Amino acid sequence: MTVATLPAAVTFASPSAPDRPVFLLGPQRIKTTLGRVLKDAGIDGDIASVTAGWQEREDEVEELQAQLRGRGVSLRLHSRGDEVFREDRDLAKVHHERQVVLQTMQRTYDVRLRHTMAAIAELERRPGPAEILAADREDAMQALRDLDARHLERVQAIHEEWAPRLRLGERPAVQRHRKELEKTLAGVSALAISGGHVAVLLNRLRLFDVLGSLPAGVPVVGWSGGAIVLTERVVFYHDSPPQGPGNAEVFEIGLGVARNVVALPHATRRLSLDDTERVSRFARRFAPAASVVLDDGGVLSIDGDRWTADAAIRRLEADGTVKGMSR
Amino acid sequence: MSSATDLKSHPRLAIRELERGPRTAESVDAFLAEHEFPIVEGSTVTFVWRGDAHAVNLRHWVFGMPSTQPFRRLSRTDLWYLILEMPESSRVEYKIEIVRGPLHQLVEDPLNERRARDPFGANSVFHTTGYRVPDWTREDPEARPGRLEELEVESATLERAMPVTLYYPARFRKARTYPLLVVHDGPDYLEYSGLKTVLDNLIHRLEIPGLIAALVHSDHRLVEYANHAPHARFVAEELVPRLEKDLPLAGNPAGRCLMGASFGAVAAFSTAVRYPNFFGRLLLQSGSFAFSDTGFHERGPAFDPVVEFMNTWRDDPVPVANRVYVSCGTYESLIYENRSLIPLLQETGMQVKYAEARDGHNWENWRDRLREGLSWLYPGPLWMVYE
Repeated sequence: MTVATLPAAVTFASPSAPDRPVFLLGPQRIKTTLGRVLKDAGIDGDIASVTAGWQEREDEVEELQAQLRGRGVSLRLHSRGDEVFREDRDLAKVHHERQVVLQTMQRTYDVRLRHTMAAIAELERRPGPAEILAADREDAMQALRDLDARHLERVQAIHEEWAPRLRLGERPAVQRHRKELEKTLAGVSALAISGGHVAVLLNRLRLFDVLGSLPAGVPVVGWSGGAIVLTERVVFYHDSPPQGPGNAEVFEIGLGVARNVVALPHATRRLSLDDTERVSRFARRFAPAASVVLDDGGVLSIDGDRWTADAAIRRLEADGTVKGMSR
Repeated sequence: MSSATDLKSHPRLAIRELERGPRTAESVDAFLAEHEFPIVEGSTVTFVWRGDAHAVNLRHWVFGMPSTQPFRRLSRTDLWYLILEMPESSRVEYKIEIVRGPLHQLVEDPLNERRARDPFGANSVFHTTGYRVPDWTREDPEARPGRLEELEVESATLERAMPVTLYYPARFRKARTYPLLVVHDGPDYLEYSGLKTVLDNLIHRLEIPGLIAALVHSDHRLVEYANHAPHARFVAEELVPRLEKDLPLAGNPAGRCLMGASFGAVAAFSTAVRYPNFFGRLLLQSGSFAFSDTGFHERGPAFDPVVEFMNTWRDDPVPVANRVYVSCGTYESLIYENRSLIPLLQETGMQVKYAEARDGHNWENWRDRLREGLSWLYPGPLWMVYE
């Protein structure tokens, strides 16, 4: 099982080169760049595609196949998952129980997050001596980072605690699919992961250990939610949802293929990028990881320690601005 | 809202320049060319009409203030004006009344292009600082459109075929299950509140899940929406069972919502009361929830069954659904009835969300509350889905 191992402190501070080229793309519906990225990277041959985030629409891959020039091999992770859960009722039960624990923990984290974010916002607005307030503001921000880190530690602990009950490596229904997938993945020249429902996508990728079965060096392309799951931590965000305060929340440990990045597809639609306070808060919260705007069709290529970003890729800065990036 | 046409007040308003100037036809022409009307300056609104008349009045439906407000003629000109104070974030529909001898003519404001339509025609609209037409009410080229389908449902209880318009969300799939939204006055919601566009947009934005809406029609709404047993039976025993048989609907209380405005809200609520906990969600907008502590009321005979129904329920409030969203405009005569309903709903243990807006009893007020109401009753997968 390839779940990115988080250091105890969960700081993501040390740069670490992935063992394969990674491409993080913006949403592909309005502006498609997937085909060009594959072509520019010289990727020929079959491409394993994951559309599990689309759930019951997983098989509606005509447009995707066109972008892959017919070379896509759908891994059908969503329907495979349904088959597994139908066949192994005990696994379905245990999996459900673990999800309930994680969901409960997410809600209690939300309570603490709400108050921590409110304290930060209040301190930012509060007039007073700068030398005193600066320390309070930084402490409040650090409390937020600590809260996020602690939440991810607890999520990781839940995964570890439940692994012996899930016994994914021993269950015939899971193993049969994993072997099929391993065989398929052995012959592909890239893995392409679409967006959709991020939790479902992440669960299916873990259930079948897709990244663990992908030969070393084979490139991975993820767009929108598919880009999110490739990073070290899954962060959900919306500055103006119809209900609730709109606090970005850390949700899960990602697959960790792309390091030191918080992926923000649809950021222009979901975030108030002209609100310097919110932008600054977001950037500082996750620093030193780069909070990266993945707008429609944007491409961020990561190969070793070399990042290449096109013009649609921007980064939230600590000073509240949003700037183009390349590195 | 108060009138402030007095020359001495508001010395810096745009109209004062004209008052202080030469008051020629040319200066009036220039004034009209320079401004959008009515002129909104902070919380002050200046209405203008130009022409010959014996009197000019503003006619509006803001409860609690005289519904007729006289314009003042700017001497030596044919320009009439009225200055009103209105709170921020107000949205008001109005007409202008032109009086010429015995003739009283109601017209839309010729200097204001903004209109709101309703089953009776159209009104002019103004809004003060702070109100904006919500962007999710406008057609979004990125939003995949749902589709409408006409249906007739034979009703034994109403003894006629009932027309129903079905809304299917974009990317409808039979393999999924959907909540069902039963909308009273469905065609009016489509026509005057842009319901299809709103649903398309909210679903596209993931703020609500894909849902199926059954838009019901009635040619006898003042009877059938006023706590009418056959109507409730039609909805709960004929329409919903048929739709749940034919369509991939959730088929449980949480997956059934009744919605309506004005008398339509009474129809929704009274149907829920007659079939408690069959519908788990209610969306009630500006409900005509008239009641009487004395048994006497002045709202006319159409309200008799409503008052009787509300008096009975208010005497012994019982829970009828799990979640109830209620909204009302503060400029409506029904604000008292709706406000006083909230604690009664809450004390039954139902989850209640109540919203007010500085608006009146009209379809755009109801449109503007749909995002908050629907997303509270049926939260979409906004946080989890990134396509």
